[in-house]
Amino acid sequence: MSEWRGISVFIEQDNGELEGASLEVLTRAGELGRKFNEDVLGILLGHELKNIAKESSQYGADKLIVVNHPDLRHYNSDAYTEVMAYLINKYRPRYLLLPATRNSRDLAGRLAVRFRACLSAHVIMVDIDERDRKLVTAVPGFGGNIVATVVCTSGKPEMATVSPGTYEAKLSNKEATIIEETIPEGALRGRRIELMEKKTSPMPDLSRAEKVVVAGLGTGGDLELIKEFASLIGAAIGVTRPLADMGLMPRDYQIGTTGVSLRAKTVFVFGASGAPHFVYGIRDCGTIVAVNTDKEAPIFENCDYCVVADLFDLLKVLIKEMRGGK
Amino acid sequence: MASLRNIIVTMKVTPKPEEIRFDPTTKTVDRSKATNEINPADKNALELALQLKEKYGGRVVILSMGPPFWDQFLKMGIAMGADDAVLISDRALGGSDAFVTSRVLAAAVKKIGDYSLVIAGEESEDGSTGQVPPGMAEWLGIPAVTYVSQVTDAMEDSIIVKRTIKGGYETVKVKLPAVISVELGINTPRFPDFERLQWAQNEFKTTIWGIKDLGIAENEVGFKGSLTAVTELRELRPRERLRQFIEGSPEEIARELIKRLGLK
Repeated sequence: MSEWRGISVFIEQDNGELEGASLEVLTRAGELGRKFNEDVLGILLGHELKNIAKESSQYGADKLIVVNHPDLRHYNSDAYTEVMAYLINKYRPRYLLLPATRNSRDLAGRLAVRFRACLSAHVIMVDIDERDRKLVTAVPGFGGNIVATVVCTSGKPEMATVSPGTYEAKLSNKEATIIEETIPEGALRGRRIELMEKKTSPMPDLSRAEKVVVAGLGTGGDLELIKEFASLIGAAIGVTRPLADMGLMPRDYQIGTTGVSLRAKTVFVFGASGAPHFVYGIRDCGTIVAVNTDKEAPIFENCDYCVVADLFDLLKVLIKEMRGGK
Repeated sequence: MASLRNIIVTMKVTPKPEEIRFDPTTKTVDRSKATNEINPADKNALELALQLKEKYGGRVVILSMGPPFWDQFLKMGIAMGADDAVLISDRALGGSDAFVTSRVLAAAVKKIGDYSLVIAGEESEDGSTGQVPPGMAEWLGIPAVTYVSQVTDAMEDSIIVKRTIKGGYETVKVKLPAVISVELGINTPRFPDFERLQWAQNEFKTTIWGIKDLGIAENEVGFKGSLTAVTELRELRPRERLRQFIEGSPEEIARELIKRLGLK
């Protein structure tokens, strides 16, 4: 058997829609590949992939493996695990990186056990040790207050899922060679999960939004003025965990450790107390404005402009001012 | 009407994240002063299991891997309505990563046996890897559906579940037995029944197994059996912020903010 070499990146798509976080991971893999002289291999599974294969080939990979099959159009835990296992056995990558999205985390958890391989979950840094070439990652824990440096001690491929927004996707000056792979008959047989219905609506990529207005528990779930203000300043909307727990907004809109990390230039935080797992999600933002009735709220320790006021009163006036005083 | 067999709910006890302290000198995490609680998503998993039992029958068995004092938390689950509880407790397990945890839990699921479903919380509040549910499924050779928000129907050999995906949901039919992980907050966990709690605390006996009972060797668990190692811990301090209070009438504050942020 050949030795384990190179860095592979799982490029996630669903129904022909590329998961942007994959390109961030691919870009990082490209940097590591150049530094450590390792080939970078993108792996894309799906159906009718021409456009996204073209796009994916531009982010630093040397080769792009494409598996085109109608059964792979949507993510299916069973089918994707089998096909990825086949490809890992064939290409034997030393490192395998995936975006830390729901689907890729599902896949990574299965593959790690299948290969008896190490896996660092939703890391906020991924590197290779200069001396022993082991995968080194930074893993946030305990609500994001504490970061652990984690190394792989055993198993190949050395795996990590990388939190969306950790790295920036950058176009490369080279294009990956596309390799079309066919998978052996039988790899997709015996599936035990059958898709019956799927409903999605387009949503803004919060991790890339320039301006975000966040609603906390202090809004009591009344988001009308928040939405109006956000639309006036061209901002996306996010919520804190209690509001997502209440089912007011899907978890895709939740800011913090179990949700999205923002990189916005401007963030308004209305009625959030400032729990560590939420503050973690805004730590990389530019200017943060917080509005809260409680002067002692911890959020004021973690923002640039602090406003002690009733958030609804302030929102009404902000909306009026933005409309030219009318 | 389908009839479910054992519904095994995995449960972990976690320290409240906001009460964890970090000692920068020793670079260790101090959990001793933090309040322990049943991992929030695991409570949702238990509630779902109890609802399924009410509708489709079956026995709800709590399964946990941790120190002996977790027993009191498992008994809260018994008081909520679970039928049985198994705690895997062994000194050798200290330092186990998600790989080892999924292996030990899967071995315990096999030993409990006769199961239709394993239900887990989507992730734990402390480690929050989310790797254990799909890992268990792989050890058991059964399908897994992660991030489930609802079980809409159960048949003899399969269930239909709603799973959260980016921007929406999908409905999938999955063959039993299966592992599902449920999202935090999908239901409101019931309160423990007072009389049942008295009974659980005084008479109920949690089954305690060590790794030998599961046929697993010491070098396969704990730090030795783990495939990842933590080499350093550090505190992630949020960036220093301006922390300027803006005061005045709402109009003055609004104008000041609009000016400073260049919103117009």
